[in-house]
Formats: sequence, structure tokens, C-alpha cells
Amino acid sequence: MRIVVLTKPVPDPASGAERLLPDGRLDRAASPAVVNGNDEYVLEAALKLVEAAGEGEVILLSMAPATAPETMRKALAMGAHRGVLVTDPALEGSCAVATTRVLAAALKTIEFDLVFAGVDTSDGVAGVVPAGIAALNGLPYLSYAAGIEPDMTARRVRVRRISPTGFDVLEAAMPALISGTQALGEPRYPSLKGIMAARNKTIDTLALAELGIDPSTVGTAGAKTKVHAWEPPPPRAATRVIRDAPDEAARQVVAFLAERRLV
Amino acid sequence: MTRILVVGEVDATEAITKLSTEVATLARALADALGMETLGLIPSAGAEGGAGEFARYLPTVVVDDGVASGATASERAATIFAALESSLTDVHHVLLPASPDGRDLAGALSAFTGWGVLANATGAGSGDDGLVVEQSVFGGKLITRSTFTDGLGIVTVRPNTVTAVAQDAPGTVETRTTAPTASVAGVSVVDRIESEGAAVSIDDARIIVSGGRGVGGAEGFALLQDLADALGGAVGATRAAVDSGWIAYSQQIGQTGKIVKPQLYLALGISGAIQHKVGMQTAETIVAVNRDPDAPMAEFADLYVVGDLVEVGRALLDQLRARAG
Repeated sequence: MRIVVLTKPVPDPASGAERLLPDGRLDRAASPAVVNGNDEYVLEAALKLVEAAGEGEVILLSMAPATAPETMRKALAMGAHRGVLVTDPALEGSCAVATTRVLAAALKTIEFDLVFAGVDTSDGVAGVVPAGIAALNGLPYLSYAAGIEPDMTARRVRVRRISPTGFDVLEAAMPALISGTQALGEPRYPSLKGIMAARNKTIDTLALAELGIDPSTVGTAGAKTKVHAWEPPPPRAATRVIRDAPDEAARQVVAFLAERRLV
Repeated sequence: MTRILVVGEVDATEAITKLSTEVATLARALADALGMETLGLIPSAGAEGGAGEFARYLPTVVVDDGVASGATASERAATIFAALESSLTDVHHVLLPASPDGRDLAGALSAFTGWGVLANATGAGSGDDGLVVEQSVFGGKLITRSTFTDGLGIVTVRPNTVTAVAQDAPGTVETRTTAPTASVAGVSVVDRIESEGAAVSIDDARIIVSGGRGVGGAEGFALLQDLADALGGAVGATRAAVDSGWIAYSQQIGQTGKIVKPQLYLALGISGAIQHKVGMQTAETIVAVNRDPDAPMAEFADLYVVGDLVEVGRALLDQLRARAG
């Protein structure tokens, strides 16, 4: 079983140091890069499936700056077998449309049964790239997975998709693209052995020319959206602290809610 | 005149979702500001009931029955793309709910059209370059204003960005049949499982009563449920509470859960770590109860009660119930 996991290095949301460059692009030097949180959940699911199958490989696919291998090593340390990195100076400043096209083209260079992606990334939070890749490559798209069950013999995959009232059980033929959430389960921590092994794993790089994509259609030059201005949100009002006994505290809370017409 | 297409979403009972009516309300304001017209679209056969309700918010709503009821977002996108190429060539912007289906639809539609996407809008207006979209980024640290470089684009809109307001007179509903031109790989729905006692959705809830590790267990959430019932709200939770199995993932708020913007966020036993804060800090009013007077939540809540969440929660419940009589 071969599973490609889309893996994006993102600024560490816990660092609190994210910022934009004067031209409105992400300042990647401002905060340490980590593997996107939702990507770790789908990576864990991929590792478990390949381990259970007893054969196959998990391949990471990233479109990122040339420094990305440092971040990809953590995912390799978790147990992914190898990585493919699409990197090219012309890709800097790419919008979601270009990212979708580039990753779709890169996927065509890899043999796979399934592609996994996090439902969204903590930096952009758009959550539109996986659906776009599936549309471009004619892959069935099964999103918001809380459970993934491939049947290699029938070459079909079942997904439990989170719905507003429970779950939908979806089914499609392989190869298919699946986006997943935290509901898939906690990702493992890399073991020391895994960290050592990751040093010797391969990360192949692909440049735009190898994908037949015109550099003028991607990056800042081809961006379909542009950030013009940004500012911090208006500050919240000062906090009012209540330290009274429960009954009195509750009375003040109710009065406060009534004042704001919330009760 | 160019148009803004508003794609409405219907639920399992074919009723229009609240978020769709908010998106429609925003689209009307944008059309006025930009000198454009609006058009509502529900790409789902048999959605005339939902369309009738949607038409209270838009002058014209089209039901496209070229897509089966219950079709996947990818199939809907293929049909909308075909319509944009044929009958709707005057559409320059597509507005969608930032729901799971709306995001899937926006992604596929962007791939088909090559149009840019500005996701999770928290506001929109007009500027020198046309449509300007506001987004909250980096966990709410910045508000950005962006435009489409070629004037064409897709916007997904977050819940509670505007309050839905119906028009003075309802609009009209038409039915069309568009044959998709792009082929979409099939995904079949084999089963729909309703969770036993499924919780009220937190996505567009006006009031959310939310609990964290401090709640202590699944039993502890019964008090939160009672408070939510008394306030007319939904129950939310932090990742720690979800990971402990006390409450379903669908109720999780924060970085790997949902981002919500209720009028009232009542946080019980939640410290307010950054991973949770990013999901709820834009709530209009935040009231927190926590034993720790120095928790991060004390820095951004409007009202912070230092105390035991069970004691204060029970007292609050009693008083809310007494008030309701």
C-alpha cells in the first residue's frame, strides 16, 4: 500500500511570533517551522495503515522553500519512508490556486493508492487545496475523515466523514484523496531510533521546470489574491474580575449578561 | 451588470442553513457597494423548499437540479463551473458558507475556474480595486484586507460575520438544469449515521457554554449541558476534554477544532491557552469561571470569576432557572 501524505511546514502557532513581510507575504524567518498539526494526524493514520498491511510506503509531498527538509525530517522520524519536495524560487508568494496546481502536477510523478491531507493548515486555514487537487487530477475526494478503511483487494476505500449530526460513511474507488482531522487519533512522537533513521531517508526535490509549469503563472507573479493591508484586531475591553462566593458571583454574572441582553 | 453568485447550502431536511442566509445578507450589501447584482443558487435537486426560504434574503434564487440531492461538494462544483461557463458568464464573485461542504466546494470550483480564493472572510466591503475581503490570520493576531488580482474570485464567509436580515419582499425561485462539463470521480454515501443524542452544533450557535480539563469528566459536562439549555446555547470544549473522551470532536473549539464567534462564550475550567484562544477570541462577550486567577483567560475575558466551576456553575444555573420562572 502506497500512501502519499501532503505535508506543509507552517510557522509554529504556539510561537506567537508569526508576522507578514512589508509586501504582505508570510515572513518565514520570524517563527520556527513545524509540520502542520492536521497533517500529523493523517500521517499517523497512514503509518498505521501501512504497518497493518505489512507492506508499502508512506511518501511525504511538500511544496515549500528549500529549508523545508529540516521540518520534513520530523515527519520522516515518525516513520514516513521518503519525501518529495517541490521547491523553486519562482514559487515564493504562491496563492492557493497555484499551490493546488503545483501539488496536483507533482502527484502525477508519484505512484500511489491513496493521498492524505490535513483538512486545513494552521497558517492559511483555507482548507481548499485538497479538494482542488482532487478536482484537477480526477481523484475521488473524501473529506473530514474521522476513520479510514482501505480494502486493497477490492481497491476501494471507506471513510467516516464527520457530519453535523453524526457520521456519513463514504466509499470510493482507489486511488483517492482523503482529508483528515484530529478525530483520526493522536500522532506518535518520533523515537530516538526513528530520529536516527530519518537522517538517512531520501528527500527528492522537484523544480517547476520538471513539472512543466510556467513560472509566470505561480508565485507572486501569478497570484490571484493579494494582501493589501493588515492591522491587529481592536483590543478587547479590560477584564472585570469577580472573587465573591458562588451565589454572589453568579448573581453578578447574571446581571452582567442581562445588561448585554444575553439572558 | 456583473453579478455576485451566492451558493446556498441546505441541511439534511432540505432547509436553508442559517450561515447561507448570513452570506446572502452580506452579498446584498456588497452588491450595493460595488454596483453589482446578486443571484442565489442551490445546486441540489428538490431543494425548492430551502430555496423559498433563501429567496427571503435574495431577489432571485435558482435551484439547479442538474445535481442530485445529497451529491458531494465536488459534483456540485462541476455543475456550478458549467453554469459559470454558460448561463452565468456575468458572475465575477462566488460567495459560499465557510462550512465543511463550502470549503470543499470552493476548492474544487477554484481548481476548475482558476479563480482565486479568499477563505474564512470575517468581513467584506468595496475599495479602489473592487471587492475587499477581511480575514483574521495567525490565530487572530492580525486582520488582513485582500483583493483578487484579476477581479474574479471565490470567498468563503465565516458564521456570525453579519446578522441575517430578510428583504422587505421575498424574491423569486427558478429551476434550471445545468449538465456538468467536467467529470468528477464518484464518491457514494453508503450510510448516514445519526449520533445518539447528537449535540447542538456550535458552528453558528449564539451562545456557547464550553468546558476544559477542569470539568473533570463526562459527568461534569451534564452541568454545562444544563447551562446551555438554560441559556439557549450549545456545548463546546477544549481539545483536552475531547481527547479525554468526555465530549465529541464535533464540539471542539480551537486550533485543530472549530473557530467560533458566538455572542456569548461561557468558559468553565478553561485556562485559555493559545491553541484554544484562536478558536474563540472573537466572541462578542467572554465570561470565564476558573480557579486559577492567573490563567491566560483572565487577560482576555470580559468577566472573569475566580472560583470553582461546579459551585459557580450550579449557582448560575439555579439563578438562570429562577429567572426564567
